[in-house]
This record gives sequence, C-alpha cells and structure tokens, in this order.
Amino acid sequence: MVKDNDTGDIKTRGEEMKINDFCMTICTVNGSGSATANNTLLRAMFHMGIPVSGKNIFPSNIKGLPTWFSIRASKDGYIGRVAHDDIIVLMNPGTFSSDIDYNVPGGVVFYADHIQIPVDREDVIVYPMPVKDIIKEAGVPRNLQDYMENMVYVGVVAEIMGIGLDYIHNALLFQFRKKTSVAESNFEIVKMAADWANNNLEKRDRYQVEVMAPLDDYIMTDGNTAGALGAIYGGFQFCGWYPITPASSMIESLITFAPRLRKNPETNKNDFAIVQAEDELAAIGMVVGAGWGGLRAMTSTSGPGISLMAEYMSMAYFAEVPLVLWDVQRVGPSTGLPTRTAQGDINLNYFLGHGDTQHIVLIPSSVTECFEFGWKAFDIAEKYQTPVILLSDLDLGMNLWITKRFEYPNQPIDRGKILWEEELERFPQEFGRYKDVDGDGVPYRTVMGNTHEKAPYFTRGTGHDELGNYSERPEDWQRMLDRIKQKIEYSREDLPQPEIREFNSARIGLIAMGSTEPALIEAQDKLAELGIQTDFLKVRALPLSDKVREFIKQHDRNYVLELNRDGQLHQLLVIDYCDMTDRLISLSYIDGLPMTADWIIKSVSEKEHKYHA
Amino acid sequence: MPDKKDVTNAIGLTRADYRGKRSTLCPGCGHNTISAQIIMALFEMGIPPEKVVKFSGIGCSSKSPTYFLGQSFGFNGLHGRMPSLALGAAFADTTMKIIGVSGDGDTASIGLGQFKHLIRRNLPMVYIVENNGVYGLTKGQFSATAERGLELKHQGVNPFIPIDIAKEALIGNASFVARSFAGDSKQVRELLKAAFSHRGTAVLDIISPCVSFNNREDTLHSYQWGRQHQAPLHDISYVPRRKAIMLEEFKEGETKEVTMHDGSMVILKKLDQDFDPTDKWQALKVLEDAERNNYLITGLVYVNPEQPSLYDYLDLVQEPLNRIKSGALRPAPETLEKINQAMY
Repeated sequence: MVKDNDTGDIKTRGEEMKINDFCMTICTVNGSGSATANNTLLRAMFHMGIPVSGKNIFPSNIKGLPTWFSIRASKDGYIGRVAHDDIIVLMNPGTFSSDIDYNVPGGVVFYADHIQIPVDREDVIVYPMPVKDIIKEAGVPRNLQDYMENMVYVGVVAEIMGIGLDYIHNALLFQFRKKTSVAESNFEIVKMAADWANNNLEKRDRYQVEVMAPLDDYIMTDGNTAGALGAIYGGFQFCGWYPITPASSMIESLITFAPRLRKNPETNKNDFAIVQAEDELAAIGMVVGAGWGGLRAMTSTSGPGISLMAEYMSMAYFAEVPLVLWDVQRVGPSTGLPTRTAQGDINLNYFLGHGDTQHIVLIPSSVTECFEFGWKAFDIAEKYQTPVILLSDLDLGMNLWITKRFEYPNQPIDRGKILWEEELERFPQEFGRYKDVDGDGVPYRTVMGNTHEKAPYFTRGTGHDELGNYSERPEDWQRMLDRIKQKIEYSREDLPQPEIREFNSARIGLIAMGSTEPALIEAQDKLAELGIQTDFLKVRALPLSDKVREFIKQHDRNYVLELNRDGQLHQLLVIDYCDMTDRLISLSYIDGLPMTADWIIKSVSEKEHKYHA
Repeated sequence: MPDKKDVTNAIGLTRADYRGKRSTLCPGCGHNTISAQIIMALFEMGIPPEKVVKFSGIGCSSKSPTYFLGQSFGFNGLHGRMPSLALGAAFADTTMKIIGVSGDGDTASIGLGQFKHLIRRNLPMVYIVENNGVYGLTKGQFSATAERGLELKHQGVNPFIPIDIAKEALIGNASFVARSFAGDSKQVRELLKAAFSHRGTAVLDIISPCVSFNNREDTLHSYQWGRQHQAPLHDISYVPRRKAIMLEEFKEGETKEVTMHDGSMVILKKLDQDFDPTDKWQALKVLEDAERNNYLITGLVYVNPEQPSLYDYLDLVQEPLNRIKSGALRPAPETLEKINQAMY
C-alpha cells in the first residue's frame, strides 16, 4: 500500500499484496485481559504455519497504563522486532493519537468505535469496530465485559486478515486449557465480531494471512518457562528465590512443573525443594548452602538481585561451590526500566564479586537454548565446581517465541568429582578438598552426610590450604587463586561453542550474543542484498572460545552489536584480543526495546560507507 | 575410676572425638567456654560428629566452629547470612543436626533479617548467639546489643537503646528461646542438649564476655556483672529418652517437665518463682522485668516442642536428597514429548 502522491488517493487492492509479512501492534490498557486475545491471534497464526513472534511492551504497573503487543509475521522466518507497524489495533483512548504515528503509509488501523478521536491520517486504511455494541448484543455479564471486548478485535482482525476461525477456536482452547466452556463463550464473541466484519466491512488493505506448511518441528513458549524445564531435566534439587521482574516467571514455572515431573514414583514425595527467600541476599545464601551440600541448586533474578548476590557469588567462586544463577536482564543502571529488555549485565556477571573473580557465563539466544543450557549448566557447574551464570533477558524470557522443540538431554547427568564413602575408601591418596589431584585445576569434593572419617572438611571464604585449613601464607593464597583461574581457563573449549553463520569469503564479521540473534540474521541477509556480505558469529559462553579469535582474525572489520550503552561485549573482546583491537568496532545502543534489523543495517552500512569513502 | 579422657559415651567415642582445632581466640574469651560445652553436650548425648554440620557468619564467634567437632563438616559463611546458608544446606540431608554459631554483631545488625526469617520458617537447628555487646575482630566498636551509656575506649558513649535478641526471637514466634551466661557452664550445657532435641529453630542468646574490649565489671556483658546479676529462672536438667526413669529423683510440685519432640525431657527445678516456659506472655514478662530491674535472667525462656518445622511444609522424600542417584533426577523422555505437544 502506497500513497499516490499525485492524487492523494490510497491505492486499494492491487498487485502488491503482502502475504504473511507484516507487524501488527495491539494497543490496550494493562490489566484489561488483552493478553489472552493477543496470544490467541499469535497462536492461531503459528498453527497456520506462519513464523511469528509476539512482543509484549508493558509498563511497570498492574492496571490502567498503556501496553502494546506486537505480532511480527514473516514468511521468510524473520522474527526480530521491527520499529514500525503495518497494522495497529487501537483499544486505548489514552494513546490513540500517538499510536497512529507508528503506522506506515498504507497501513491499517482497527479501532474501537466508541473512542471518539478522529483518525487524522489520510494515508492509512481505517476499520472501525463496534466493540460495545457487539458485547451488548451478546449479553455478556457486566463483570466480564472488559475482558470480552478484546475478543471483538480478535474476530474482526481474523475476518479482515484471513485468519481461519478454526485456528482461532483451537488457540482459544489452548489458552483456556481445561475450561472449555470459557473458551466457547469467548469464541461466541469472536464469531459475532467476524460475522459483523464480513457483513459490514470491505477489505481495502493489502495485508493478508495465508496458510503455510505446518511448523511441525516448532513449539511456542517463552525463555523463562524453557529455563525452568531445563532445570527440571537437569535434575535441579533446590531453588531459593526472590521475586523480581522479569525473572519471577521462571520460578513460577518451576513451581508449576516440578511437582508434576519430579515426584518419587513410589512414595509420591518431592525430590526437590523450592523456598521463597526474604531477599536476594538470602536467596543466593540458600543456593550456596544447597550447592555446597551436594544438591543441584539454582536461583533466578535480574540486575538489582545480581548486585545483591555479589558477595556470596565471590565466596562461591573462591570456596568452589557449584550453583546455577539465571540473570534475566532488564534495563539498568539502578531500578532502571524494570519491564524493558537489555544486555547490560554481561560485565557485571562475568566479574561478579570483589577480588579477582571470573565466572562461567552461558548466553542462550533462543527459547530452545534456554532449555538446553538450563540443564547443561548444572553439569558444567558441578564439573568445574563453580557458579554458572545464565544470561537471558526480558525479551527472551518473557515474550512468546516460536522455537525448535525441546530435545531430550543427549548426555547423562554428570555430577563431577564427588566422592562418597566407597570412592573415598578407594581414593589412592590422602583426601584434601582443594588438592589438584588430576592436574586440571579441579579438586575432588565431599559433601555433608558423608560418614567416611576422611570426608569432613571446613569450608571458608578466608585463605585456605589444600586441606581447607585457614592459611595466611602468601604461597598458599597465590597457588589457590591461580589454580581456580586455571580450571576456569580449561573450560573455554568445553562450554557451548560459538556458532557461525557464514557467507562465502566475507571480509566483514558481525559478532553478537543472546536474544538479538533474529535481528542479526535478518540484517545479515538484507545487508547481503545491499552488497555488504558478512559472516555472523554468535557468542554463547564466557570465557571465550579460541574460535572467536579465529573469526576476528579472518575478518577485516568485526562489528560487535549489543543492547547496552558502553559496548560491554566489545570490551570483553578487547580484553582477550588486545592484539586485534583495530579489527573490533563497537555498535551498541540501549533504549529498552529489542534490537531491530533496521538499526543493524543502518549502523553497519554507515560505517562501511565511511570505510569505502 | 577411669581417667576422664578414656571415658566413652553411648556410641563408644571419647570426648577427644568431639574436639576441634586449638582455639585462636583470646584466653578467657567466653566463646571458648561455649565451644567446650558444645563438645560436652554432644559427647554426653552420644550424637555422632558425622551427623552434625556446623555453620557460622563473620566475627570472633563465627571463627569458633573450627574449635569444636573436627570430624564434622562446617561452613564459615558471610556476615549475618549464616541462616540462609544453613537453610539451603539443610535440604541436602534433613537427618543431620545443624548447629549455627553467630555473634551479636552478626545477628543483631546485618543478620537481623535473616535471623527473624529463619525463626519464621522454624528450620530445625541450634542457633547460638555469643553475645558480648562489642565487635571484637574489628577491635572494639559498639554492637547493636551494647547497652545505652556503655563507654568504649575509641567510641565514646553509646546513645542507643540495645536490641534484645531473646525478645526479638520471642516476638518473631521462635519455638525455642533461651538466655544463658558463659560463666554458667552447666546451664549452657543442659540448654544445648535441650536445643539439640528440639525440632525447630532453637535460639540460645548466651552472654559471652569479651575480655579484650568489653569486660569492665560494671558493664552488662562482663563476667563480673553476669555473676553478680544472674537470676536463673530454674535449675535445668536434660534427661534423654532412655533415662526417663530418673524422673523419680525430682519431687513433685517442685519441678516442671517439658517433653521434647524426640521424647527426651527437660526438667526445670523451681527456684524463686513459678515459671512456665510454655507460656509466651510469661516469657515476655520475665525478659521485660529483667531489663527494667537490671538483672540477667537466664534459662529456658520459651519452648513449643510441637510447632511445625520447615520440613513439615515441604513434602520431601525420606532419602537424603544429596544421595539420590543421578538417574532418578531426570524425568523420562516421554514426559518431554508431552511437554512439546502441549506447547505446540
């Protein structure tokens, strides 16, 4: 759809139909129950085989403030955020006028017709929706009217866009699970609205949804749910936690799924414990205690919680206690933007704690990886006897994504070098908790409850020797800290390795991490169309694999793209590859929203034009 | 009569089997007396050292777990955050006896939150506060339990009202609250035994003088003041379950008995007043009276042996969680297939 500059008319229908390729934003008030309606539209399109993503841009508030839900549909499989809207659904009078500004020329506006604000743009196609009338006609009880209003736009949008009502029906059944009657009463409104649209609206826009090949290998869920399931399949046994946006829903998923999946089949009792702590100081304290006691222990938090956990993380690093810590990042510094996304905690986490500390950090970039890294993290933590931090973010953790089906762990649980009574009896030498027996920097450990006379030792955050005895001897301190560094160094090639998406002999590299991957893939393809060929390397763990060094060496210019002000990943690359800093270029920004391909394309092209000029 | 060091307990261990490393605290420190009584209590109870796990925070008191039970696992944690550490570890093996040693600096300042939340959850553990009203390891600053008007060398005069740890515990609905004095070894020992038999958080606020920084005879946490002002609520004796017959030794009407969760008994011989440690009102009143009238009330202040513990709220398997075989921790492949289907 384009505006004709000569006549000022909007061209309706024509050769330029856009099939399965648009961004639709639904503008509502939070607390109005629109999530069900939005997810219904999203899931219906997913079931039609269309690659989609749904991003909820919401306020730090319970009820009454504006909230937006953007659905990206892309026949090409691009599911990153786009900054403009092709279609908007206006249900919130408060933001009506400003929301319209995001609409592209030739875009579509659906609006609730009781909102008495004129649409002051002539270059968009407008469809009114008699929301109140339909609700009234349906005789919806007063207390449900606000919720049901959302089903009106589901029906009208479905009818105009071509989303089959069968798909909507199935999606509603999914949403309401066992409450079939609730699903049906919602569907009644959808049908009435679709009927009304069919009888009263003429399709004049160019956006259309059509069925594609089914996405059979995919599921739709969020990263926090996936992380919780990963923990359950990784054999988690203890979780101490404290609520914080955007991390709480991970533990809530754990509370939902663990009792179903992790009861002893004979006794029907739990083989795990989840305790809500009084704060993050206590949450991490509990997790350190449990990890030390020989349990697979985890917690989940966000930036402010990480700050509070720093001291115990420093201790866990030095006392060599395995644990798993998720940071579902939000925008900092300070309280920041609690409901917006960022990649600003990478440096905080990598070096979390006072003194010389360096943690293993895993960075999932998809919901499937949240599951995979979720279980792997426990094996890594116990293998290296150290905390493992998982770096997710609000976009990945809380938004719905289509993602590859979860794959069952392909290796058995690895508890690392733990000695119980029998192993200790056979142990060839005197047991010392911090002795480097194998020369790999990883000592053997025993845990409380082990009744062997050689087993007990005293754990402390103060200086200690190989037997765990208090020591202030300079050589003990140096040896201990060097050994710990060595074991972390040894993990480099053992952690999830970087993934590279290559073009033929590209001279330009793109380096990124985490949830920006969809935007990077789209940008990489589109940059190639513009004549800028790039290879894309996705960092998946810290400390960095040598493959990253190789990649940087092979490219004249490596753009490091990330969602923070200071280019933190770039800083880490500079530390490790100080001999190649001239090949590393930082491109970063932070505004609270997920990265767009357009920003990458624009930023990289500008830099490239300068080089060629 | 055999030499004391050769005497064995019910499980054939000598007192030496309960000892730890040599103390590095100041000679005469109240904490050393308490460590000695921990050794005696566990020895006399016949609890195997490998069934005990030790925790502490930061400070002089928190160093002391190295000085007893060398054959037990232990973890010296962070300042004021021993409760969370102990709580997490407790789930590794709920059959273990947990002892936590803290101080007034550790518990009554940064640790006040974790202390009260530990009590609220009623984790079965013995929580000892070695209370001397002063920061020892940092050399003589006021702690939050220092009395108003206390004068210290480099600090001047303390203007603030102290925090009363026993009262905090009671108000927080602790299921076991005791106050004692390091100068009264026998009482400390008997209270410890009762505490180890309690299924819940047992708080022992023990006045434990700091001989280096706060032991002037007129100050509240000194040996001399304690000796002169101690007013025991009762004469306490612990009777293990298998020796219940000893009861006959006590005359009816002169004692009060409390049956602990494990069937052992605490016999409280009446002294000046009729005191019922299962009555929370009375418990609060004696603490308040002691503060107003400037004396050191000691003994078992409050106990409720039947208050549900943290373990009662979580429907756990009996086997220690840290001994569950790896294979049993991962749900079967078909369950993941169902999850995938449910997320389509």
